[in-house]
Amino acid sequence: MKKIKKIKIKINGSFKFVKDNTNLSDFLKTLKIPLKKVAIELNQEILDKKKLNKQILRNNDKIEIVHFIGGG
Amino acid sequence: MKKDKFIIAGRNFKSRLIVGTGKYKSMSQCAKAVKLSGASIVTVAVRRVNITDKKKALLMDYIDPKKITYLPNTAGCFNSRDALRTLRLAREIGGWKLVKLEVLGDKKNLFPEMIETLKSTEVLSKEGFKVMVYCNDDPLMAKRLENAGACAIMPLAAPIGSGLGIQNHTNIKIIRRQTKLPLIIDAGLGQASDATIAMELGCDGVLVNTAIAKAKKPFDMALAFKNAVIAGRQSHLSGRIQKNLMGSASSPSRGII
Repeated sequence: MKKIKKIKIKINGSFKFVKDNTNLSDFLKTLKIPLKKVAIELNQEILDKKKLNKQILRNNDKIEIVHFIGGG
Repeated sequence: MKKDKFIIAGRNFKSRLIVGTGKYKSMSQCAKAVKLSGASIVTVAVRRVNITDKKKALLMDYIDPKKITYLPNTAGCFNSRDALRTLRLAREIGGWKLVKLEVLGDKKNLFPEMIETLKSTEVLSKEGFKVMVYCNDDPLMAKRLENAGACAIMPLAAPIGSGLGIQNHTNIKIIRRQTKLPLIIDAGLGQASDATIAMELGCDGVLVNTAIAKAKKPFDMALAFKNAVIAGRQSHLSGRIQKNLMGSASSPSRGII
């Protein structure tokens, strides 16, 4: 059986292993992130939420997903 | 009578009281206090989504951003780079252009780092943001912020969360006299009368968080601040009497028996 290659990424400060060639849109679906209420940064660059399916994850990518919380 | 409007960056807001949404015991407590305060604008922070706890309640589920204007804030940023990054992300969440810039310089007193604040104001204004700027109560710096494109000047009353009330009435009055921009007291208020004083000094609004959230009865305090801001504004517009050293009887002296 062919072994599935996995890559390591960092999301909101913690490491995760994902299948090679995963696009960001599919990955975020697995995390059940409500896309309308968040902003996404990949390697310190803000992404257009409409184009996430074109963004293929690479080894050592750093993703930040933020939203609004209570604050002063 | 001409209607008394509160306009920031071309938008008219019903309430002159802006409230923060931090430090509450729960989101439902926060939402109820916001409702009672009558605020049309709430400040919010930008933070990481909790990716492990997917069921965690979201602020947007409690306070509808379609009904109340979310004002993203850069609280917790200590330099221009982080503040810019935060607000660009905030804009991406839902198209927010009206933002509050707050760059802090000291972890203990939480005073604003004005050099970084000024730099960030310039950059953000050029990028099309409408920037409401938290600043110290220095009239010269307030002028610089105005020249850099700020859409509202937000001087502190006292350190954030201190509850000390307005410490420098004179500076606030001088800033009021020199600017036509919305002037909003941000940070340091402790009780409702502090808000009234701010409004009587001629400020256009106040921003309150800790004084409501940490009061023993936050709901009652939210209502108190609402009334205090209205009272202060009415008082300011009503033209107060001159101060006199000596007394002046209220009842006529004619006809005394």
